[in-house]
Amino acid sequence: MRVLTKGNIALAEGAIQAGCRYYFGYPITPQNDIPEYLAKHLPRVGGTFIPAESEIASINMILGASAAGARAMTSSSGPGISLMQEGFSYLAGSELPAVIVNIMRIGPGLGGIAPTQGDYNQAVHGGGHGDYHNIVLAPASCQEMFDLTIKAFELADKYRNPAMILADAMVGQFQEPCRLTPKEPVVIPEKPWALTGAMGRPAQLIKSLFLGPGEMEIHNLDLKKKYDTMEQNEVMYETRHLDDADIMIIAFGTPSRIAKTAIQFLRQEGVRAGLLRPITLFPFPSKAIHEYSQRIKKILVVEMNTGQMLRDVQLACHNGTRVYFYGRPGGGIPYPDDIMAQVKKLL
Amino acid sequence: MYYDMIMAGFGGQGIQIISQLVAVAAINKGYEVTYLPSYGVEKRGGRTNVFVVISDEEIGSPITNHPYSLIVMDQIAYDTYIHILRPDGLLVANESLIDTTTHRRNDIVSCCLFCNEEAVKLGNPKLANMIALGALLKNSNVLTVDDIKKVIEQVIPERLAHTIPANMQAIRHGYELA
Repeated sequence: MRVLTKGNIALAEGAIQAGCRYYFGYPITPQNDIPEYLAKHLPRVGGTFIPAESEIASINMILGASAAGARAMTSSSGPGISLMQEGFSYLAGSELPAVIVNIMRIGPGLGGIAPTQGDYNQAVHGGGHGDYHNIVLAPASCQEMFDLTIKAFELADKYRNPAMILADAMVGQFQEPCRLTPKEPVVIPEKPWALTGAMGRPAQLIKSLFLGPGEMEIHNLDLKKKYDTMEQNEVMYETRHLDDADIMIIAFGTPSRIAKTAIQFLRQEGVRAGLLRPITLFPFPSKAIHEYSQRIKKILVVEMNTGQMLRDVQLACHNGTRVYFYGRPGGGIPYPDDIMAQVKKLL
Repeated sequence: MYYDMIMAGFGGQGIQIISQLVAVAAINKGYEVTYLPSYGVEKRGGRTNVFVVISDEEIGSPITNHPYSLIVMDQIAYDTYIHILRPDGLLVANESLIDTTTHRRNDIVSCCLFCNEEAVKLGNPKLANMIALGALLKNSNVLTVDDIKKVIEQVIPERLAHTIPANMQAIRHGYELA
């Protein structure tokens, strides 16, 4: 049974079905559907919804709930996500799982609420201080808003690391038929490290402060091993028509959807274009892009910003592959025609 | 099969509800659908426009800049979108609030109805959107009045369930007028 469901609602329902029982958040457009839905539906499953006094409070409430072993989530956008960055760093440093949702709004500053992808660098390349990574998942459909939220909880617990859902406002606001049941049964792992009260066992400590000589270097190298393992095992991407492609479009989120239509029309005109859509932005599909770039010598990166994922694509490419860019920042959305015109210019 | 449409007007005209009826009816028939409403900071009032795409294959872009059909309920909506309607595309215009002579198109199929007046004749001015929906169904060959009837209980909120017979009557009325 598939139900017409808004992206943000699919995400919120995905969180409930993933076993998330704690939500802390502060309102901001274009993600308000998420707290609105959870305020109504978390109590139904015995969960707790707290409208926090600020985003800084939200992220630190998440840290507390996570340290106690619960699946917890917050969501925000733009300025709210910026305020949370210290908490991201503390979560990563303390090796605590959490799911943070960023339905992007335009920046810098208070910006605007139209669809955009200006927060790629903040999400993928830090934002908070220190040597850490968020796991970053980039849904491109309402179904993926549901499925990848469940995946985010799974990965966050598996690696004890914050996982972010990074979506533009079109993915958050549009509606598609969705299957609102998990693809596989949700299994919440045991968390022997959690602070559940030390009755009958030695006391445990969760912290990100390591002042002993060499302790922090060991901690950083341990974290690095974890990120390397993610790069080995957790990369997700989708490809379309790359077997015979003369040009590869690389896009995530909404631009990847629009690129699919552009590619369909281009192929009808005899232009052999294909698509690689990163689903995980960290870990990034660098290896796959490198391999495809050995054969496909032209790449067009399409983003709704001025060129952020572009740098990761350039780093991943084989020598001699030309990487071009088409970007629409500040709420501009490319039509399929626009992407087709860009591709034709490069042939 | 691929069919896309833009429905536009001002907040309160019921653009979203007729778009949802189309989208849910299409899903019920097994089609893929995307439904993209405009969103803003206003709780009510303001502009409203919706992009609906229906296909028997996976849908890429949820936005379109040459739709197969255009349902416009006021002058601003007409002036905004009439240029991008596909040649041979279908225009359903609410002539009660639109002067179509501002932009003439001779290469399209036009279906202009006085939706507001027709709704008043049926006893409720709020039914103007359903008159337009009936006209769309008559001219688009994607969905039937019966397809809408099958899903209308899912789409109309329960507190308004008593309006379903009047809504169905208005859809049939628009269908017959078109």
